[in-house]
Amino acid sequence: MADLHSTFLGIESPNPFWLASAPPTDKEYNVRRAFEAGWGGVVWKTLGEAGPPVVNVNGPRYGAIHGADRRLLGLNNIELITDRPLEVNLEEITRVKKDYPDRAVIVSLMVPCEEEPWRKILREVELTGADGVELNFGCPHGMAERGMGSAVGQVPEYIQMVTEWVKKHSHLPCIVKLTPNITNILGPAQAAKAGGADAVSLINTINSITSVNLDMMSPEPMIDGMGTHGGYCGPAVKPIAMNMVAEIARNEKTAGIPISGIGGVTTWRDAAEFMALGASNVQVCTAAMTYGFKVVQEMISGLSQWMDEKGHASTADFVGLATPKVTDWQHLNLDHITKAEINQDDCIKCGRCYAACEDTSHQAIEMSEDRIFTVKDDECVACNLCVNVCPVEGCITMRTLAPGEVDERTGMVVPAVDDKRTWLQHPNNPSADPNMCIVRGQ
Amino acid sequence: MSNSQQTPGIVPNRLPEEAYQDNFSDLHPRLDDHEALVAADRCYFCHDAPCMEACPTTIDIPLFIRQIATGTPKAAALTILEQNILGGMCARVCPTETLCEEVCVRETAEGNPVEIGRLQRYATDTVMEAHPFARADATGKTVAVVGAGPAGLSAAHRLAMHGHDVVLYDARAKAGGLNEFGIASYKSVDNFAAREVDWLLSIGGIEVKLGQALGNGLQLDELQTRYDAVFLGVGLAGVNALRCDGEDKDNVLDAVEFISDLRQAEDLSSLPVGRHVVVIGGGMTAVDAAVQAKLLGAEDVSLVYRRGRDRMGASEFEQDLASSKGVRIITHAAPTAIHGNGAVAEIEFAYTTDGANGLEETGESFRLRADQVLKAIGQTLGDANGLEIDGGKIKVGETGRTSRSGVWAGGDCASGGDDLTVTAVAEGRDAAEDIHATLMGG
Ligand SMILES: Cc1cc2nc3c(=O)[nH]c(=O)nc-3n(C[C@H](O)[C@H](O)[C@H](O)COP(=O)(O)OP(=O)(O)OC[C@H]3O[C@@H](n4cnc5c(N)ncnc54)[C@H](O)[C@@H]3O)c2cc1C
Ligand SMILES: Cc1cc2nc3c(=O)[nH]c(=O)nc-3n(C[C@H](O)[C@H](O)[C@H](O)COP(=O)(O)O)c2cc1C
Ligand code: SF4
Ligand code: SF4
Ligand code: SF4
Repeated sequence: MADLHSTFLGIESPNPFWLASAPPTDKEYNVRRAFEAGWGGVVWKTLGEAGPPVVNVNGPRYGAIHGADRRLLGLNNIELITDRPLEVNLEEITRVKKDYPDRAVIVSLMVPCEEEPWRKILREVELTGADGVELNFGCPHGMAERGMGSAVGQVPEYIQMVTEWVKKHSHLPCIVKLTPNITNILGPAQAAKAGGADAVSLINTINSITSVNLDMMSPEPMIDGMGTHGGYCGPAVKPIAMNMVAEIARNEKTAGIPISGIGGVTTWRDAAEFMALGASNVQVCTAAMTYGFKVVQEMISGLSQWMDEKGHASTADFVGLATPKVTDWQHLNLDHITKAEINQDDCIKCGRCYAACEDTSHQAIEMSEDRIFTVKDDECVACNLCVNVCPVEGCITMRTLAPGEVDERTGMVVPAVDDKRTWLQHPNNPSADPNMCIVRGQ
Repeated sequence: MSNSQQTPGIVPNRLPEEAYQDNFSDLHPRLDDHEALVAADRCYFCHDAPCMEACPTTIDIPLFIRQIATGTPKAAALTILEQNILGGMCARVCPTETLCEEVCVRETAEGNPVEIGRLQRYATDTVMEAHPFARADATGKTVAVVGAGPAGLSAAHRLAMHGHDVVLYDARAKAGGLNEFGIASYKSVDNFAAREVDWLLSIGGIEVKLGQALGNGLQLDELQTRYDAVFLGVGLAGVNALRCDGEDKDNVLDAVEFISDLRQAEDLSSLPVGRHVVVIGGGMTAVDAAVQAKLLGAEDVSLVYRRGRDRMGASEFEQDLASSKGVRIITHAAPTAIHGNGAVAEIEFAYTTDGANGLEETGESFRLRADQVLKAIGQTLGDANGLEIDGGKIKVGETGRTSRSGVWAGGDCASGGDDLTVTAVAEGRDAAEDIHATLMGG
């Protein structure tokens, strides 16, 4: 079994699986159970200022999107930060950290946008023995209306300012948690870096309405006949989160800042993917809320089996390995040609590929009288739609044409491997340098 | 094919050559990758899962199924084998319909459980090439295990894993116990029992001594002086008698012997079987004998049980299997006499009814033509070696301790638990853990 030990900002944990700041980490009872189940670390549910704690709604706070067989794909919530007194949380954090010195305990914070409250709470967090702090600039509902959470996270200047205060008043490693409710994630990430953040974590939840009650004509979850937008998370948000992680990891201005990847991590594979794109570890919320803390056991065994198979000795070995492969569209090789291929042994003859291609793509699948489905190489543009709609995994695959083969659709001969042509060298590109253009006989 | 199903008497070659191949092929063939993913996807990852509770070896079923679902069947196999080293055989022979699958919440919800047994086979098949466990440092302790059936193999493996040196004795010329000599052949094809034994033994530290019987050469006293502990897994060596007239006529056999010959046959077509076969009994052995007699080409096979179907030891699934293969099941009939001149020709039954004082004969009777009668009315403990007895079996406590200090027992020969492969494995494992704790404790 591979060693999953992880070091993030000098913080040690037995594996790279942390629980994100959310209900699973809301109290001592939960966190102890999480550690017993095997989680490597936790980011404690966001703490606010001392004084009367925030109040949550007392009706449903979650909405959900289900896939086939009621599999939960997306969760939405209108919960606020912790609704328990600050002192109680701080005492519990102290006790838990003392009992689990080998696990990471990070404290998530959200106080008003003034220096004094930040100074004050940091002093108190330091006394707990916690390993670091995470600044919650992401919560998209409720707290944002009070000038906190994503209201800060959407203004890079504020992010930088608060981060500077935190670095000034505390020696603890500081992670800035970013909101995805913004057009370009690089602005906030850059601001965090400029403010001296040790790392960024992302994503927090996405503004959303999951469903509308058509009898009551109200969004759900519905509180006394009304609803509000919530924060969306779970498997459905993973693609959005991974793109944002990759953008930060590959962009010159932000590259190099350590990243904690969050958003839809449910299996070992999700974690490996986030890490390959540049996250040093991952945080999980919805998967634990859907399946319980035990779900981490599959993440641990799966990642370790995969690392053994790939020969990775430590979790740091594969962080960012896929980052250099994330590029702009204009750098993709336009002479790389593939064709869909249907494995007749696996095909169950449902005809979904045909419907998809015939009605909405390139009419490149032929259906015979006796329901044999075959790809017409002279029509197939290799869009991958049939692969994605086929119910049998691996039944339709993409075959890459070798150099020298002819693309029957265009008549073009596939050039040698190193002789590639991107949009920048393509004759159809009006702004391409004509001297650099490569024309292929077609 | 020199004979046909109608050839009188007990003869081989009743069927065309290919028919044997078909008839004795895998009852539940391995799921392919797609089938496994679809089946695994149905599991809800239940909390404190009822299926796990119902498994005598307490395999973490939700976890291993999730590991299959996430593409790591090897990790799934380890989850299974850590609890049940004969997880491969159990996947093939467990009456899952009365164990894990009976209580699966999908059975409750839609009358169709997750296919736990077949998923278990899918996973374990991936690690049969190399032994996945290593031995702990040598302890210098030695343990004698008597009986190389599921109980003995399980105990020996667990003891070897803990670093003890084990000598495994068996009276027979081949290890495996009823896995090798009893289980229906269509449940364990391609010599699986023997391959699994080799794989299990390849952990090292287990010396196998075959052809050595306790009570006939080996003595318990002597074993106790030579070894630090003794585990007995000798199964049930005796068989119950019918106690009816004519029982000693030719071609009246013990079903276990018939099955054992069948399991050891190199060429099934060379096995003689009657034209009219009558099996007496209502358990798994009776069903297996009846079905296999039919599959060998007997023209008609009747399975006769003295009580109602609901009292049969064979599960509904097994009863249906028998019916589907053409076995006629007759209930509420008890044998009273076996007729024939030297060899059996007919067998006479009295109809029975469940009366106030137990089973009563109704006074009516009938006769069945029979040239072969197979008795499957239960097995009994052979020699108890002076140990205390409880209900006809060696009396043991929770972890297999017998009335004699330093001697443990488990499996069919020991009191408590059902007579099942999986129960034997659990008892062997638990006794081994107790032996380990005892030997290391002081
Ligand atoms: C025909 C048949 C079909 C069955 N089908 C199923 C099934 O489908 N599923 C299921 O779960 N269970 C089934 N069972 C039950 C299952 O096989 C047993 O519960 C299980 O094998 C018990 O394991 P064991 O190790 O206790 O005993 P055994 O498997 O009986 O092994 C005992 C071993 O001890 C050896 N031995 C006996 N006496 C001595 C001695 N004096 N000295 C040395 N060695 C000795 C024997 O040679 C044997 O190898 C079936 C049983 C039979 C008879
Ligand atoms: C009910 C709920 C409450 C949350 N509360 C917080 C919070 O207090 N602070 C915070 O930083 N993030 C909070 N989050 C966001 C999560 O930490 C996480 O960023 C998000 O759910 C995405 O991860 P996931 O897809 O694994 O759930 C909350 C999420 C949920 C579902
Ligand atoms: S999950 Fe628990 S707290 Fe929430 S509504 Fe259901 S029973 Fe109540
Ligand atoms: S979608 Fe897949 S399974 Fe269905 S017809 Fe097309 S290739 Fe066959
Ligand atoms: S009871 Fe069924 S659904 Fe639940 S964990 Fe077990 S196999 Fe899965």
